[in-house]
This record gives sequence, C-alpha cells and structure tokens, in this order.
Amino acid sequence: MGQGQPVVSTRQATTAPKRGKDTDLTRARTRLAWLLLTPTLAIVAFIALWPLLQTIYLSFTNARLASTSPTKFIGLENYAYLIQDQQFRQSIWVTVQFTALTVVFEFLLGLGVALVINSNFKGRGLMRTAMLIPWAIPTVVSAQMWKWMYNDIYGVINDLFRRFGLISQNVAFVADPGTSIPAIAAVDIWKTTPFVALLLLAGLQVIPGDVYEAAYVDGANRIQQFFRITLPLLRPAILVTLIFRTLDALRVFDVFYVMFGARQDTQTMAIYNQQNLVNFSDLGYGAAISMAIFIIIGIFVALYVTFLKVEEA
Amino acid sequence: MVHRRSFAWLLLIALLVPILVACGGGEGAAPAGTTGAASPSASPAASPAASASPAASPSPAESPAATTEASPAATTGAAASPSATDTAATGTAGGATGGGDESLIGAEPSAETAPAFAGAEQAKQYSGATITYYGDTVGIGANLDKALADRFTQETGIKVNIVPKPQNATENYATYQRLFQAQSGDIDVLMVDVIWPGAFAPHLADLTQALGEEAKQHYPGIIQNNTIEGKLVAMPWFGDFGMLFYRTDLLQKYGYSAPPKTWDELEEMAKKIQDGERASTPDFQGFVFQGNAYEGLTCDALEWLASSNGGTIIDEDGKVTVNNPQAVEILNKARGWIGTISPRGVTGYQEEEARNTFQGGNAAFMRNWPYAYSAGNSADSPIKGKFDVAPLPAAEDQKPVGTVGGWQLAVSNYSKNKDAAIEFVRYMTSPEVQTYRALIGSYVPTIASVAEDAAVIKAMPFLENLADVQRVTRPSATTGERYNEVSTAFFQGMNQILNGQDAAQVLPGVQQRIERIVGSR
Repeated sequence: MGQGQPVVSTRQATTAPKRGKDTDLTRARTRLAWLLLTPTLAIVAFIALWPLLQTIYLSFTNARLASTSPTKFIGLENYAYLIQDQQFRQSIWVTVQFTALTVVFEFLLGLGVALVINSNFKGRGLMRTAMLIPWAIPTVVSAQMWKWMYNDIYGVINDLFRRFGLISQNVAFVADPGTSIPAIAAVDIWKTTPFVALLLLAGLQVIPGDVYEAAYVDGANRIQQFFRITLPLLRPAILVTLIFRTLDALRVFDVFYVMFGARQDTQTMAIYNQQNLVNFSDLGYGAAISMAIFIIIGIFVALYVTFLKVEEA
Repeated sequence: MVHRRSFAWLLLIALLVPILVACGGGEGAAPAGTTGAASPSASPAASPAASASPAASPSPAESPAATTEASPAATTGAAASPSATDTAATGTAGGATGGGDESLIGAEPSAETAPAFAGAEQAKQYSGATITYYGDTVGIGANLDKALADRFTQETGIKVNIVPKPQNATENYATYQRLFQAQSGDIDVLMVDVIWPGAFAPHLADLTQALGEEAKQHYPGIIQNNTIEGKLVAMPWFGDFGMLFYRTDLLQKYGYSAPPKTWDELEEMAKKIQDGERASTPDFQGFVFQGNAYEGLTCDALEWLASSNGGTIIDEDGKVTVNNPQAVEILNKARGWIGTISPRGVTGYQEEEARNTFQGGNAAFMRNWPYAYSAGNSADSPIKGKFDVAPLPAAEDQKPVGTVGGWQLAVSNYSKNKDAAIEFVRYMTSPEVQTYRALIGSYVPTIASVAEDAAVIKAMPFLENLADVQRVTRPSATTGERYNEVSTAFFQGMNQILNGQDAAQVLPGVQQRIERIVGSR
C-alpha cells in the first residue's frame, strides 16, 4: 500500500518544473494531501486491511469455531496441506474453466449487443431497458429458475430441444458431469451479458462521431472502421470489463451453490472455502484457502496488466 | 484515459473486495441452504405449509397467571384437568401400556388435554424458577410446545420461556455454536438434531444421573447415539427413519402381492412397472430417492451399506470401514439404477423432489421419511389411499434397516437452572407426552411401548410394519465436531459414484479422507 502515492501529489509532480526533484512547495502540498487522505485511509485500513491481516494470522493457526481445544499457532501446516489438497486443485480447475467460458462468451456477445443498441433504430430505448432484465433478477432466483428449466423430466429446455430434434433422449444437464459446467456457464452468460454490454456501451458512446466520418471520407469500409477505430478506442472500456468479469467469475459462489450444492466435481474455490469456514467451522484452513484465492486472483490481474498494457490504456 | 496511479488504487480495492467477501463468510451469515448440517430429519417439523408460529411470543402475562391459578389444583395431580377426556387416566396409568386416547388423533393441542407430569411432586422443589427453551418453530410443533409447557408450569410452578429456534438446520447449528462459544446462560433447554450430540457434547449437561433410568425405555440405538464418552447428553424426543413408499395399486396391477424384500426384487419390480406405465405416462419412474450431494444422501447410502453387510462408515471402535467389497457391490448396483429405474436427474434430488415425483403419481417406489406419509394422504394428493409403507429392501439374508433421524432435548452446560431444566426434559420426553405428540402431531415416538400403543398405531399405521426395522445411526457420536466433514466426504463420494464412477475407484479415496479427518481429531 505504501507505494500508492496520493493522486494529488502526482498531478502536482507532472506540472512541477523539474520532475523527480521535489521543491519545498511540492513537499508541503504532499503533506497536506496525505493529511486530507488520512480519514479515508483509516477507514480502508479498518474495513479492508484489518480483516486481511486477521485472515493472514488465522491461516497460521488451527482455529475452529466453538471448539473446546485451544487455538494453536501451527506455522505453515495449513499451507503444506493446501499444496497437496486434490480437492482444492480440482476447485481451481473448475473455477478457471468456468471463468474462461463465461468471460469469452460474455465479452463477444456483450460487444455484439452493445454495437446493436449503440446504433440508431426505432425502439432503441425500450431495447436498452429490456436487455437489462436478466441482470436485474437476483442470482439465486435465476439459478433456481434455470435449474427447473434444465430438469430432465419436466424441464422446458429438454422439451424445446426434443421438439426441434436436437436431442433424441432427455438430458439431465445439471446432474450429468459432462454437461454441468457448460450448463452453468450458460446461466452466467445469460445473466451477465447485459452488464458487459452496458459497460461496453458506455465506452462506445464516448467515441466521437467525426472519426468515423473521417474514415468514411478516406474510404474505409465498416469492417476496417471497426478494427481500426472502434476496437482501439474501446480498449480502456474493454479492459475494465474484462477485469471486472474475470474477478467476479473467479469468486463465483451463488449460482454453483444453488445448482450443485456440495457436489465435489463442481466445487469452485469460493464454495470449497465456504464449506471449510462455515460447514466445518475450520477457520484456520479456511483462512489459508482465502489467502490462496487472493494470490490466484492477484496472478490473473497481473497477467491482464502485463499483456494488455494497462499503463497505456 | 485511466490515470496510472488511480488505476493502481482501483486495482488494490478490486483485490480487497473478493478477500472481504471470502473472509466475511467465516463469522456471520450462514447462507440459508441445505448443505452440511442441514438435516433432512427436520422434515416432520418443517412441513412447508406452516410458517406462522403462534407460540413464537410466549405471552409473559399468561403463564404466571396460569401458574397461580392452577397451582393449588395441581397438587391433586392429574385430576386437576378440567377436560372430560380420560387423558388423566392415560397419564396416571404409566402411559406406556395404558393406551392413548384415540379421540386425540388430529386434535388441537391444549394445556387441558396435555398429559399430567408423573414427577410433578418432586419437580415442585424448583417452583418459581424460569427456564428458557429453544423450541419448535413451525405449525403444530410450536402449538404442542406451548400446550405442554403451560401444563408443565401449572403442575410444577417452573416457568418456561419458549424461544423459537431457527427453522433452517444449518442456521440452527450456527446459532447454537455462537451461544456455546460465548458460554451463554440465555438458553437452558434446546432441541438437538440427531447428528449434533457428538459436536455439542462438551457444552451439554450430563443427564446420566438424572434421567438414566428413563433413558432405558427408549430405543437403545438412539441412546447410544446420544451417549458421548459415557455421558448421556441428550434425551430422544421424536424419531425419524428412512422407509420405502410404494404404490399399492400399481403393485397389484402388475401382479405383485407384496413390496420388495431385496434390492434385486426392487430393481425387477421397478423396471416392470416403469416399462408398463411409460406407455401412458412417458416420464414414469421406477424408484426415486435422495441422490443430491448433501446430508440426505449420507442417510440413503448408509442404508444401502448397512442393509448389505457393508458396515456403517465407521464402526463402534472408531475404525473407518467404508471401503469394503460389499459396499463396492451395492454402490455399483445403485449406480446402475441411474437412468434405468431412476431418473438421470435423481443425483440432484432432495426429499421434496423425490416426494413431488412420487406424490404426483410419477413413480412406483420412493425412499423417504415419515413426513411424506401424511403429505401423500392429504386431501388434494393424487395418490391418496393408493400407497403404503414398507421397510427398505436389504441384500439377500440381511435385515432391513432405516437411518435414524429426529430430534433430542438437551440441557445446556451453561444453564443457571439446570435442575429445573432437567425436570422439563423429563416431562417432555416421558411416554405420556410422546403418546400425546404422536396422536396429535404424528411425531414418531422413540419409546418402543409407545410405538406399540393401539391408538398411536391407528394414527401412524406404518409404525407396525416397521417395528422390527433395524435403526442405524450416522457416525456422529464417534466423529464429534468433525461430523460434518466426515459426512461431506462420504456423500460427495456417493454422489460421484451415482454420477457414473466405479465404486471400487472412489471408495479408497473416501476411506482415506475420512481416516484423515477422524485421525486429526
């Protein structure tokens, strides 16, 4: 946290005559900036840093809720077990599969939807509102709804697929391990595409119309315009969208909890963590898993920052 | 343009949010759900229809008033009851063999009809004490609690403050955990699920001295379940066990005179009926049960194992026995049901999905708890009068078994009125009260003589058919506070097998996982 200099002082530094070498004035302003930021930092420390530190501490103990045995400091024992924990490894794999599937499809579909509702057509306002409905339904409700729709006996999806001759026999989408992950990814894609579209739409709306005009005059066709103008100018929005969605997908809990319960082959990292913390009252090991999730999410963010060159965005 | 530094801040915050979410779950919000401790055995009490709880707010004005008024009369014992019915006779006749009053079947509970307390004289020494009882939340259970508590107060002068416990078993478990963590004296008597005594034993009072004699009347299996390291920590209150529901009309139609005795017979009959019925009902199923990865599957699979000489997960000496050839055989047989006599989606079924299929007339056989009996016989049920209950099948030459569910009453170790609280438990778990509760609310008694009572059998005819079913308990007594972990390891393995994996490959892993949990205790 220390390296995060307040925004004010940075702005000051860029306008200062000599970059890098602070004048008295700059230093005084920096001090004031820190002073003004102190309340905010104190709150952040209280609500974010303190729980984080406590989690780190707990991960080195064998703490259990309502246990008669005293809490002991056990060093790296939790982590030693975590490294060879097959279940946790499997939960990482499930989560990564889910993340890859949902982020890719949500981005492609969301971009398509955003381009459509950004163009001029009759009933655009209505369309924009209607599009948001899946996103407005609470996840637990929509997950339960989809669970029924997927049902192999009375589910509407099986009924439709059979009518159109796509399947010859009813499929238990949720129960069958082969179709479980794609089925649940479809629910998340259905639900979150509107959100992605909304973020991208915001990005599209700040692209000025005259650049397209200029491109048109220069003879660029629609496809060239899309790849040479829209995409590059949309990059900041795309980046924010991808990071948002990836982080969300990596800590997915509710959809899985409703659709699969405690099934082992479909546990996400968050489900496995909740199980240890709440159902098993195993605070120590649960905290170690929390730290691992923290690191894994950190890796993903680092990857984005490096490969998509956030700095230039 | 996103500014570089502010972006770094954004990233940091974005990083902290998931951590907060991940850690926050540890202490507070136990999400409403059915994993883990959520026990299906709550079923009779948790009938979805009843949500209002009339006994929710024990009227403080009423109880003391009733006490003062009734106290003088109560000295003359059961005769104090103004009711014209012969409940008093039931009470004084020692209950067990005296016979219940048939007119009570389905009646409204009230303090007048509630049975007298045989030990009232002795309990009166604690008169004036107030105890807090975490009681039933829903419907008839809450009304019964109030009626019985009022009667108890009239006779003993001990006031009972009823607090409705959380309805969801997982939340209930978490609430108790927090109360015990804080060593709270706010709770004296509490309802305890059959799988909890092991986990809560250190926080529960030892009842051996006070109630050891009474405990001998109850089924030994449940008493054993409630006895942790030589201490009796809870008294059985009402029971539950797994049983086989079958369609009498369909069995007759396809030429069967009796329900299946073995799993092979069940398979054969289910197949024949399913094939025949599918001509008219395309989605008809042979056999439905609880296959979802949750506590209910632990109950179902324990029955498969125990009825096939495959052990009970952990034996009496604490040795993990789940991986054995008989277990492999029966579990692979169960795997074979999926998609043949059971719907493919059964691996996602809990009690209600199974009941909906069966009660909708779409299945020939179902494994479920007693609550499904009264639900299936309700006025608007399509299968009313067309089904009956039998012991679950077993392997050749094996006895039928049923997994035990149900609730106990216990006294908190941190209670300030332990003696008065024990008297309340003595009353509530007495044969007289169990008879009363069986007649009025169809609560399955845990005392053999009550279960054999003619009036009780009239209220619950299935009790007679199931009298000699061997009752198996889940290994919660030996696993203590790690029970949830053991059960999760077990039902996750079972679910994998049902989803298509070979039991011979899954069981060694389950065995190892449970051994590690039990070993690290």
